[in-house]
Parts: sequence; structure tokens; C-alpha cells
Amino acid sequence: MKASAGFRAFRAVALAVVVLALVAPLIWMVAASFKTNVDIYDSSKALFFTPTLDNYGTVLQQANYVQFIGNSLWVAFAATLLSLLLGVPAAYSMSRFNMKKSALVVLMARVIPGVSLLVPWYYVFSNLRLVGGFSVLILSHMFVSLPLIVYIMMGYFDGLPDELEEAALVDGLTPIGAFRRITLPLSVPGIATAGILSFIFSWNNFMFALVLSGADTKTLPVAIFDFVGYASIDWGGLMAATTVVTLPIMVIALFVQKYIVSGLTAGATKG
Amino acid sequence: MPAVTAPSRAPRGASVMPDTPGWARWANDHRKWLFAAPAMAFVAALIIFPLAWTVYLSLTDSSGSVRAESEFIGFRNYLDVLSDTDRFWPAVGRTAAFTGVALFFEVVLGMAIALLLWRPFRGEKWVRVAILLPLVATPVAVGMMWRLIFDPNIGLANQALGWIGIGPQPWLAGQHTALPTTIFIDIWQWTPMVVLILLAGLTSLSDEPQEAAMIDGASAWQRFRHVTLPLLMPTVIVAVLLRGIDALKTFDILYATKGRGGGSFNEVETLNVYAYGLSFDYNEYGLSSTVLILFFLIIIGVMWALTARKKEAGR
Repeated sequence: MKASAGFRAFRAVALAVVVLALVAPLIWMVAASFKTNVDIYDSSKALFFTPTLDNYGTVLQQANYVQFIGNSLWVAFAATLLSLLLGVPAAYSMSRFNMKKSALVVLMARVIPGVSLLVPWYYVFSNLRLVGGFSVLILSHMFVSLPLIVYIMMGYFDGLPDELEEAALVDGLTPIGAFRRITLPLSVPGIATAGILSFIFSWNNFMFALVLSGADTKTLPVAIFDFVGYASIDWGGLMAATTVVTLPIMVIALFVQKYIVSGLTAGATKG
Repeated sequence: MPAVTAPSRAPRGASVMPDTPGWARWANDHRKWLFAAPAMAFVAALIIFPLAWTVYLSLTDSSGSVRAESEFIGFRNYLDVLSDTDRFWPAVGRTAAFTGVALFFEVVLGMAIALLLWRPFRGEKWVRVAILLPLVATPVAVGMMWRLIFDPNIGLANQALGWIGIGPQPWLAGQHTALPTTIFIDIWQWTPMVVLILLAGLTSLSDEPQEAAMIDGASAWQRFRHVTLPLLMPTVIVAVLLRGIDALKTFDILYATKGRGGGSFNEVETLNVYAYGLSFDYNEYGLSSTVLILFFLIIIGVMWALTARKKEAGR
């Protein structure tokens, strides 16, 4: 279908407005992170200012962000890896054996308000003296990652034809062998999608770390609040901190755009 | 997939491999649960047990410390909460307003943007990148970013209003403007999600009904209203369902912009923020569990209603 010239012009203008609305705030945030607090308060310096790296010095050195970046990375990697180990075989079974009720139980985790789990978790884990440690954080983030991975992988396995596995069985592989040597290698794109999304969700997660992390295990979203005082806010430092948290994930997103889109829209077009 | 094909999908390993060791044969025969059980056990331990405990706590007067003695008081918490017009019902109202208004704009804007992106054009790639950025940004950081932009004294928002001759607004700082402002932030961050889902739906539609309607002389609006929209309805409902569940549970941007209790007048205190505050600021575990159970029931109810609509639309 050919679009008319009038429509194309309208589309160009409308989409330019959309792009500006989505990107301008992010540019503003990054710009502010390179300004002194004096310049942030001065509206004549909105776009033209002398950039400074002082805010990043504050964030990375005084505020100990190098450690928090490490914490966030470790928790996100561990939660994703463990969730993949548990979730991929489970999704396979649920897809192949049509275990709708079991799948529903796992997917419940996407619906339950996280707060309702935090009180019991806090009680149990503080009795085990685990609150403030990494293990609890990783477990709590798996609560987000696992249902996501099962959901994405179930859709992926549903889409793989059975014939390949059946042929492998005829050739003398056991069912588990067929899963390991035929299905799993074919599922790498799906696993990448699930893993990337799980990593992003864990990196961005705030509420669980707010309650369950300690001073040494703080993740980045919790550490952002270090720049918000009761009386005043160090805007330059705060914007540098938010840039440190968001920029890496946005840059990664550019490279794996296709996977993120397919993960976020997984199952959306099924009947 | 029809259930009848299940046996052929799962041939019995033992019969194929007579010379495998016993444990391997056992593993192959029981692989259904061998694969599924660890994940299920994890979910059971971390979700079902805590949920059951929350139900129990909601029937007690537990407060101060969960370790402290608590008494079983039946449904008194539920009566207290349901008759609380000071904090609970306003929080229900705010949750409904936040979710309803945000969802409405996200679906309308998301549909418009998805339709613009439907047919390929030059520069499409850049628009898609821009759409992805808010989606992957950390919500707490997004809240902080908007806090600077909406700052009444130094923010970009009031500067921009000044250029077109409108006086400064209090935005997040105002008792009545705070909730609409947080709704705006939610729309900024999550409209892209709706765009992506609807775009996936549009791309999967076949061109034929469109072309047939065009030959019949239908206008662009008529084609959208009577051809595209009905076909896309199941996808729209999926988008509403996924986004709606998350919008009901919004916490990060509210906490980042207004802090504890949704601000000093509780102006953005939704059910999730209220329940968090009861648990971790006031240590009222009995009451907070009650609020959470009621909240959970609301979410399930909304989901159930939407799934029913989806089945109807799918027909």
C-alpha cells in the first residue's frame, strides 16, 4: 500500500515530536550530570555551559559507586544465570507436556504485589541471618526473573517443531539427549532474549533491594537515594548517579534491540 | 495445540534405549517433573508459603515485630481497613485513577504511534531506538530525572511554560498536581511498551482485509475502525492486561518522586505504597497484610475481567 505525500509529511512531523518527547528528558539528565550545581540553577546555562566531570568524581569516588556497580552486576548476573538453569528446563517441560496449570503457578509471580512477599521473606531470612547478604538479594531477584524466563521460553519452545526431536529419537538419542543436543542449541536466540530481559529487570529492580540489601550489598537503584538529603538535593551528583545507572543499560539495549523487542512482546500476538 | 498429540510429543525413552543405565532410564521416564519440579519448588517456597503467611497475618493483630506475640482476631482487620476512609479508600481511588488515566493515554498514544510506524519508511530505525530508551531505563532513575525537570524553581518544565507565557506550576510539589504529574511520568516511560506490543500485533495482521476494504472505497478512518481495530482487539487487550498489572503495582517512580507515604499529604499514596508504608514504616503487619490481600484480590479481579474480554474478542 502506497502512502500519500500528505500522510508521509504528517508522519514525519508527528514522529519527530514523539522522538523529541522521549529523548529530550534523557539528554537533559545527561547534560545536567556534566554541570556544576551553580549552572543547574542558572537557566541561561541550560544548553551552553562548561562541562565538568566533578559530579562523576563525587559519584565514583566519594559515594562508593564502583562497589555498587559491582553489586548490581553480580546480583543481576547470578539471578539471571540461576533463573535460566531452573527456568529453561521447566519451560521445556511445560511446553512439551502442556502443563498449563503448573505454568500458571509460576506466572502468578508476575501478578502478586512484591510487598506481600517481603514481610515473610524478611522474617525468615533475618532469622537465618541472611538479610543484608547477597544470597537473599539474588533469591528475591530470581522471583522476578524466573517467571519472565519461563514465560518467554514457553512461547519459544511452543514454536519449535517436534519433528526434529522425533528424528533424533529415531536416531537413538534419549529424550533428554534430544533436548540437550538438538532443542537447546536451537533455542539460543530464545535463551538470549530471556537472559537479556531478566538482566535488565534485575538491574532496574528497586523495591526488593530497598528492604533486603545492607550497606555493603546496596544495588544502584537504592544507592541513587544517597544524593537526596532531607533539606537539599545535590542535583549534579544525583544526575550523574542516574546517568551511571541508566546509560549502560540503554547502550546495551541499542545493541540487542531485536532481542529486547521480541522478549517484551512475547506471547502478545498469540490467540 | 490439541491435547491428543501429547503422547506422540513425548515418546517413552526406555523403549528406545534398551542399553542405557537404570538411572538414565529413570531420568528419561520422569523428565517431565525432573525438569519442572525445581522451578516449581522455588516458586512454592518463595511465593506460596509467604502468601499463605500473609493471609494468616491479615487475621492477626501482628505489629511492631513479626516475632512479637500476636493474637488471632478474625476478620477485624478487614472491617477496620474497609471502613477506613482516611487512608485506605483514598489509596484505592488513587490506584484506580493512576492506572485508569495512565492506561487510557498509553493505549491511545501507543495505538497512534504504532499505526504511524506500521508501514516501513526511511529513518524507521531511529524512531525504534528512541522508543526503546525509556522502556529500559531504571524507573527510580527516571523518577529522579523528572524530579529535576519538574522542580518548581530550577526545572525545565516551568522554563518551557515561561517561553509560551504560562506561569510556573508546582508539579510534583503541589498537593493536587503531584498525582497527575506522576501519571505523566508513567505515560512517558511505558507508552513505548504499548507501541511495541501493538506493532507486533499489526505486523502479524494479513493485508487482505485492508485491501478489500480499500477496494470497497472505505476511508482510512473507516478501515481503522471497522477492519484493523476489531482484528487487533485481542492484542490491545493483552497490552492493557500486561501494562495494567504493572500500573496497579507502580511503586518505584512514586517512591523516587514523593518518598515515604506518597508525600506529606499522601498525595500519591496508592495501595502498593500504602501497604509498603504499613509494613516497613509503621510495622503494622496485620493491617498491611489485610491491605495486600484486598489489593491482590483487586488485581485478580481486573485480570479475570480482561481475560474474559479477550476470549470474547478472540471469537
